[in-house]
Parts: sequence; C-alpha cells; structure tokens
Amino acid sequence: MKVGLFVTCLVDLFRPSVGFAAVKLLEEAGCELEVPRAQTCCGQPAYNSGDKADAKAIARQVIEAFAAYDFVVAPSGSCAGMIKLHYPPLLADEPEWAERAHDLARRTYELISFLVDVCGMDGVDARHEGKVTYHDSCSGLRELGVKAQPRKLLASVAGLELCELPGAEVCCGFGGTFCIKYPEISTRMVADKVKDIQATGAGTLLAGDLGCLLNMAGRLEREGAALKVRHVAELLAGMTELPAIGEPRR
Amino acid sequence: MQPTSNAFKENAHLALNDATLQRAISKLGFQAARAAAIARLPEFDKLREQARAIKDHVLANLDLYLERYEAEAQKRGTEVHWCRTPQEARDAVLAICRRLGAKTVTKGKTMIGEEIAINDYLEENGIVPVETDLGEYIIQLRHEPPSHIIAPAIHLTKDQVSDTFLTSHRQYGKTRRLEEAAEMLAEAREILRAKFIAADVGITGANFLIAETGSSVIVTNEGNGDLTQTLPKAHIVLATPEKLVPTLEDATTILRLLARSATGQEMSVYTTFSTGPRRTADRDGPGEYHVVILDNGRTALIGSEFQDILRCIKCGACINHCPVYNAIGGHAYGWVYPGPMGSVLTPAIIGIEAAGHLPNASTFCGRCESVCPMKIPLPKMLRHWREKEFEKGLTPQRFRLGLKLWAWLARRPRLYRLATRLGMGMLGLAGRSKGRFRTLPLARGWTEGRDLPSPEGPTFHSLWAAQQGRGRP
Repeated sequence: MKVGLFVTCLVDLFRPSVGFAAVKLLEEAGCELEVPRAQTCCGQPAYNSGDKADAKAIARQVIEAFAAYDFVVAPSGSCAGMIKLHYPPLLADEPEWAERAHDLARRTYELISFLVDVCGMDGVDARHEGKVTYHDSCSGLRELGVKAQPRKLLASVAGLELCELPGAEVCCGFGGTFCIKYPEISTRMVADKVKDIQATGAGTLLAGDLGCLLNMAGRLEREGAALKVRHVAELLAGMTELPAIGEPRR
Repeated sequence: MQPTSNAFKENAHLALNDATLQRAISKLGFQAARAAAIARLPEFDKLREQARAIKDHVLANLDLYLERYEAEAQKRGTEVHWCRTPQEARDAVLAICRRLGAKTVTKGKTMIGEEIAINDYLEENGIVPVETDLGEYIIQLRHEPPSHIIAPAIHLTKDQVSDTFLTSHRQYGKTRRLEEAAEMLAEAREILRAKFIAADVGITGANFLIAETGSSVIVTNEGNGDLTQTLPKAHIVLATPEKLVPTLEDATTILRLLARSATGQEMSVYTTFSTGPRRTADRDGPGEYHVVILDNGRTALIGSEFQDILRCIKCGACINHCPVYNAIGGHAYGWVYPGPMGSVLTPAIIGIEAAGHLPNASTFCGRCESVCPMKIPLPKMLRHWREKEFEKGLTPQRFRLGLKLWAWLARRPRLYRLATRLGMGMLGLAGRSKGRFRTLPLARGWTEGRDLPSPEGPTFHSLWAAQQGRGRP
C-alpha cells in the first residue's frame, strides 16, 4: 500500500513533529510511505478567499504531485477535506482535471480516520498518564465524519483518561483567514473555547488540526494556563517527550 | 432600513464590549431544545430530504405554481398583488389602508415587513402600525430593528424590557416597574387587546403559500397572528414567491421540520391557515384578504449559484448554531437578516458592495449547514459571494496582495521550500527560549488576542530531506 503523505503547510512550517508522528503511525500500520517534494499547500486560503484561479493552479499541482499513490494522507481534516470535497467542484469546468480531481478525492484521507477505517488499526502502543480532552475540528468532523476514530485509538493508550469537552463540536474561532480578518470575534470564540477546555480539568488538549491547535494553544498561553497542547498524532505515536505546542525548547 | 453591514467590524466591536447585550445573548437555549426535539424524531433526516425535494421542485416550476396559486386564491376572493420592488409593495399596502380609511394597523411578525420598512412608511403617511408579537412589540417601543428572525428581542434582558414598559406604558396609567416576565406579558396583553379591536387593517407574514388551495399559513406561539388577521376589515399578507408549496400535504411535511428546527417545539402553538376573506356564512374573519408577493431580487437567483437559499424556511437554526452570531448578536450584521442565511441573502438583495463583510464573517465551521432542515449549503454560497467580491476587486487590497504573493510562492515548490526554511529558521530561533510570541510584526491581528506559538524551527521538508540523505527509504 503506497501512501503519499500530504504534510500540510502548517505542519511543515510550525510543527514538523506532527509530520514525523504521522510517518511513524503510518509505517506501523504497514504503509509504504513517501513524501512528494512538489507539495506546498492545498490551496485552501485562496479557495476560501474567492481566488479561484490560484486555488485551481495549486489544486492541479497537488493532483500532479500525488498521482502515483494508492492513498494520500494528511494529518489534518481541513486539508484532507479540501482535497476530497472541494477539488472536484473547483475543477469541474476542466473535464480532464475534473476526472483527476475525483480520482485524487477518492484516494485522500485524514490521518486518524485512515488508520482506523482503511488500515483497520484498533489500538496503538503508547502510554500517557493523566486526563486529556479532545476538540473535534470542524472540517474533519462535519466534512469527513472524523469523530469515533480518534476516540477509538485514544481509548487504547495506557493510562489515558479522556474527559469529553463540552461543546467539542463548536468552532474554536480559527477559521483560516477569519482569525486575521476578524481578530476580535475570533478572540472571543477562542476565549469561550478555552473556558470549556479548562473546565474539564484535563492536563492535555488534543485535536487533529494544527490551525485550531495553534489558536487554542496561543489563547491558553495568553491566559497563563498550564495545559499542554498537542496534535493527537503526537500522543498516539508516543512522542510526548517533545515540548508541547508553544512550550520553550531547550 | 439603511444597511450598516459595511460597518460590520465596528458593529461587532461594540457588541462584544456591550456587557448587557452579552448577558442577554449568553442565555440562548435553542441549541439544546432543537437537539432534544430531533432526537425524538427518527425520521428527521428523511423529512429533510423530502422537504428539500419539495422546494427544489417548486423552484424548478415556479411560474406554474405562482399561476396556480393566484388562480386558486382569486377563486376564493383573494386579491393578489405582484410587486417587484419594496416601493411597489409599500404602495400596495398603503393603497389598501387608504381606501379603507385606516388609522391603525396591527402587525403579526413579518420579516418582509422589515425588509420593506413598512412601519416607517405607514407612519410617514399618518397611519399607526402596532406590532403585536411580544418581541416585536418591545423593540417597536424601543425603536430598534429585530436582532433575530424568530426571536426579535433576544438581545434584550428582562430588566431592559421592564424599563421600556415603565417608560412607554405610563400613558396607559401603568406606573409600577414590573419585575416578573409573566407580569410584563400580562400588561402587554392588556394594552394590545384594545389595539387589536381598534385596528382597521392587520398585516402578517406567511410561512407558506399553498398553490392547490390559494391559502397562506403562519405559525405563531402567542395567538397574536390570529387576532391580527381576523379582527380588522382587511388582512394583508406580506410574502415572497419562494414561500410556495404545491399542496397542503407539502406544507405539513415542512411544518414537521420548522418548529423543531427553530425552537425545539414539535409544533408551534398556533398554525393558522388563511383561505380568502370572510364568507357570508362565516362568523368572523376579515372582509378583505390581500396577498402582496414581493420579489425584491429573489427570482433572479433561480438558476444562479445562490438558488438554494430560496429553500430557506426562516427557522433560524443556522443563526442559533452560528458561533459568530452567538458572539455578537444580530444587530452587528447591519440589516434585516442576521447569521448565515442572512449573510447569503443580504448581498443578493442589497448588493455585495453594501454587504461585503457578511460572507467573510464566517469560519466555515459548517454547523449552519449541518442543522439546516432544508439542507442549504450555506458555507458554499458564502464562498461564492467571496468569489464575486474577488472578481469585482472588492477584497481589501492589502489582503489581496498578501494572498497573491503567498499563492505565487506556493506554486513554486523549490522556491517555497527555500523561503520557508529561511523564514521559519529565523522565527524558530527567535521563539526558542519562550516557545511563543506575545507580539509579532505583521501578526497583530493574531497576537491581540492570543500568543503565537513559535515554530519548531526547521521545516518538515528540510528535516525529511536530511533524513533521506542519511539513508531513509
């Protein structure tokens, strides 16, 4: 099973560790993994800003780069959702590309749901002592139906207690360019989210999308909260010895 | 109503810093009520599909159903008024009021009435409009527009209503400040009773127009709609073309979704079907029954990328579940329809130039679409508006430039890797000891409200390339 890893721009730039966690999990699941060099971003910022021409150009680039793989996997519901749900309508008026977009869409998955639904993974060999809570990122949840899969794998982590987050399905206020276009509203949303997170009493916050994680981690730090924030793949891959998102590095 | 949508950011700023408003909107209980109602209806999703099919069918055959509706309505003595613009609709209403020598007009809830600002127009022409829905009544006393399509005074606290009644009801000899909601309701009811009886004309909205019977339907919880439409000399319905459904059966299918999606009720307390004026054998009812059908740009949406918004049944579920609405309330949106459905509909009616912020004020979290009983793809249509703005050059220049620069780089992977490796390397170094940035040039929007976690430093692709060099597969 030849898998191409779509690293995503935020993981590439901000938190390569998530990429390596994905590599570890996919290799443990028996995938033959490659990271195509011609990838940058999925084009979502252009697409969601109404810039169809650039979004199309980037989509074509991704389609080319990932033409040779049985599956394409991204450690993000947002980027996987972009490729899976939005490339086909985006390229609908270019027949040849539309067909290739559909083909790529069929092969593309979000990481955790891929591990569970396609690879049949039902547990991981990881330990984590303590309470964690999990935020369902919007695109993964509502576009791709990622909900049970991360909970299934987290349940197999020795020592881990999952405290469900009230309002886990409510947006954290990131929203891609939304958080820089409407910072005040975004801040209010993430402040509300962080209140709910702290009320769970968990020591660690997990989610499956780095955009949401940077947003929530940034707000938790601004409020001086002691929670550790990680991508769910890091914990599942047993990579919790690394400094958490926003923690000092030695 | 003069739109203030272009001041959305300033409106939102005021709303976020208005402690009273925040207290009022923090208590919205619609989400839990809806969830409980839907959990009790296993066929909810099947009904959504049926409802969608009904409206899609109507929109595909609108001309036929409009003609059928008009013929059936006329057969029963209804006068149908076709209006392209708000001015035509206002004039149609005024002409009826004038002919009947109307001094006061009672009103049930109608968003089309807000859309055409009928109250102001009647007042300018010496006719007194009286809102009879409790929420609408309160905001009329306060000279405010509604902040929600089904809960117009949701932005107010009980104390504010109490103050408003104290000031406005003094003229009726009511001088005690009321503390309990039930007392306020009783006082409003007492005052409104006389208005119902005195009114010459009653205006309501319509939740449905039914082609096979020429009927209009309203749903209310207070019974004010029935008094508004049966007591005066004439009942005027303000409606729009997409309110049509072919049959009574179709209306009941959608009614099963409407109240559950709106307030979590299985049915609203009153569901009132109106078919023609009072007949000779009827004991009560209006002497005249008029239906004003206002287009105001709606039929132009048929066949466009915005057609699906015409399935909207104005239940407010998208509004109730919108995290942006829940943060800022309805007035910040700056026109009649707030929240996701409003952000799609408003640009279609008042123009994207006057409503540019609205399609952008969404995180695309998708909750609106997931709760919409009519399965309207709201985020998709918001994105289409953003595309229109981009095409017309309405996207702010700085943002557009930044986007173009980023896209240019993203299309050149080698250069992108080089630039990001250098940039992130420096940023990672600067943020190494703290792990985060409290402020950062060019990222002020972000750092106003939260820290920016520092990047780890090396990019994934640079690390991966190095590992491969060391013999990784």
